[in-house]
Amino acid sequence: MGRIAFLNANAAVAEAALVAGLGFYAGYPITPSSEVPERLSKIMPEKGLPFMMMEDEIASINACVGAAASGVKAMTCTSGPGFSLKQEALGMACMFEVPLVVVDVMRGGPSTGLPTRPSQQDIMQARWGTHGDHPIIALAPCNAQEAVFETIRAFNLSEKFRQPVVLLTDGSLSHLHTKIYIPDPEEVEIVDRAEPDVDPDNYYPYDYNYEVPPLAKWWTEDGKSYRYHLSSLIHDKTGFPTVNPKYTQWLLERMHNKILNHLDEILKYEYYKMDDAEICIVAFGSTAEAARVAIDQAREEGIKVGMFRPLTIWPSPEEQIKDIASKVKSFIVAELNLGQYKLEIERIVGGKVPVYGVNQAAGVLIRPSQIYEKIKDPAKRVEIGLTEEELKRFGGGE
Amino acid sequence: MGFHYELRFAGVGGQGSLTAGTILAHAAVFHTNYYATQVPTYTSQVRGGAAKADIIISDTPIVFAESTNVDFFLATHQKAYNAYKGDLKEGADVLVDSGLVTVPDEDAKIYKVYEYPLVRTAKYEIGNVVTMNVLAVGICVGLTHVLDVEAVRETVKEEVPERFLDMNLKAFDMGLEVGERFRKEGPTKK
Repeated sequence: MGRIAFLNANAAVAEAALVAGLGFYAGYPITPSSEVPERLSKIMPEKGLPFMMMEDEIASINACVGAAASGVKAMTCTSGPGFSLKQEALGMACMFEVPLVVVDVMRGGPSTGLPTRPSQQDIMQARWGTHGDHPIIALAPCNAQEAVFETIRAFNLSEKFRQPVVLLTDGSLSHLHTKIYIPDPEEVEIVDRAEPDVDPDNYYPYDYNYEVPPLAKWWTEDGKSYRYHLSSLIHDKTGFPTVNPKYTQWLLERMHNKILNHLDEILKYEYYKMDDAEICIVAFGSTAEAARVAIDQAREEGIKVGMFRPLTIWPSPEEQIKDIASKVKSFIVAELNLGQYKLEIERIVGGKVPVYGVNQAAGVLIRPSQIYEKIKDPAKRVEIGLTEEELKRFGGGE
Repeated sequence: MGFHYELRFAGVGGQGSLTAGTILAHAAVFHTNYYATQVPTYTSQVRGGAAKADIIISDTPIVFAESTNVDFFLATHQKAYNAYKGDLKEGADVLVDSGLVTVPDEDAKIYKVYEYPLVRTAKYEIGNVVTMNVLAVGICVGLTHVLDVEAVRETVKEEVPERFLDMNLKAFDMGLEVGERFRKEGPTKK
């Protein structure tokens, strides 16, 4: 049996990572993510697991890439500015095809922005923060309980597809304490990376015969030592650099196809009151909870509105959105940024029906009343949902 | 809607308002069959900046955990009182440290204001200023009956470091007594 706890999403992520089999953590503290390393720094040493407080953001993800390649499950955690610094190594991890979980607790940006305030401004950074045609998986839970299961899923997906997975929470979720259930590892599916069934002499880290080639541990329990090369340059099956156009094309296409061919395993989403909906709200993370309240309120007045909530943000649920677009009259994308995921929804909807946005980058959550207002009058701009009195409390200005 | 109660514990960083909030939230979740949320808010100052914890206790799952109708408000610093009195319900119970917070007369007409020398009592009668929060929790429970006394007492035992336990239990009992008296006699500032 697992246990009941009263935790915020940061602590929930830390606990869930241990359930998933976390074997190495390296990080550099940054608000609002610091409770993740804080909790792990207490628990991991007690379990004999390495926890490394690194000198900076870049070193921490590099340490994690190395640990992950050697055979353990590794995670690092950060927020916007740190996530920017980690992008180069994240791209390297994609190229190496090592399993890795990177948690980004989104805070207001750009730059150092609003350290203690929530945002959803890293949606595009999670997709395209690092350069080149790389695949990525990004998940966005909407509460601490879901953060537990999505963290475990992040590890599972990363192990299964040899793929870095980004877990996106935000500065509000990360501090909201709720009652949650932390399962035992026996109660949930735990995926470990496939290991090679060949001897070290015949092992290739990028074997052409696989969609996801097995990633050998550097040392196995029966004493074998797999020594192989990982290169951030385009590489052939041996892991050594090549400029051969055939292998180059093959590598990049395989890296994408290992994700695109398995969307049914990777995509996760929720339909909320969508059966007869004419308006579809698209929301994720903290914002989705506000949307839920707004939808209930509008439904009481007979307005046919529902929500499509992607838990997997990247790759985006294209088929599902297209299907909804053929049924509803409009979309409203509610997000704590100036319209990042709206771009993706617009691309998929392709002009079939209008796509509106509730966009707020003010460092405060979108309130249910704001989404409700938008449902009532989609063409109207929704202002920051705070009264003059409330705004005064934040100080500054004038 | 069934049972739904909002509390706000506000002070300045270092006073322990967040701890007081944790005790009540844990009591609701682990010792009473309620749902609870706790949202701490603080500025980047480690000490001295206004800080608060909002707690919602409910018998149904809490979807959007925003405190907009606060039933009970504890303020242990003027800065915190001024900053966070905004979301109080009309007729809310307001407990302030009488030595540190002056409640404006017009506020006393809207809220039920109880003044008590929390810091002084904790420091000189109980013997350590850190017990102030448990003292306030005691007053809160005695005054509002929001949670079962034993449920909160059990939580205090779990949350407080062993070496401060006796002192804190004393503070809790003193608080309960004060709270019950307030409940009977009504607001101290009219």
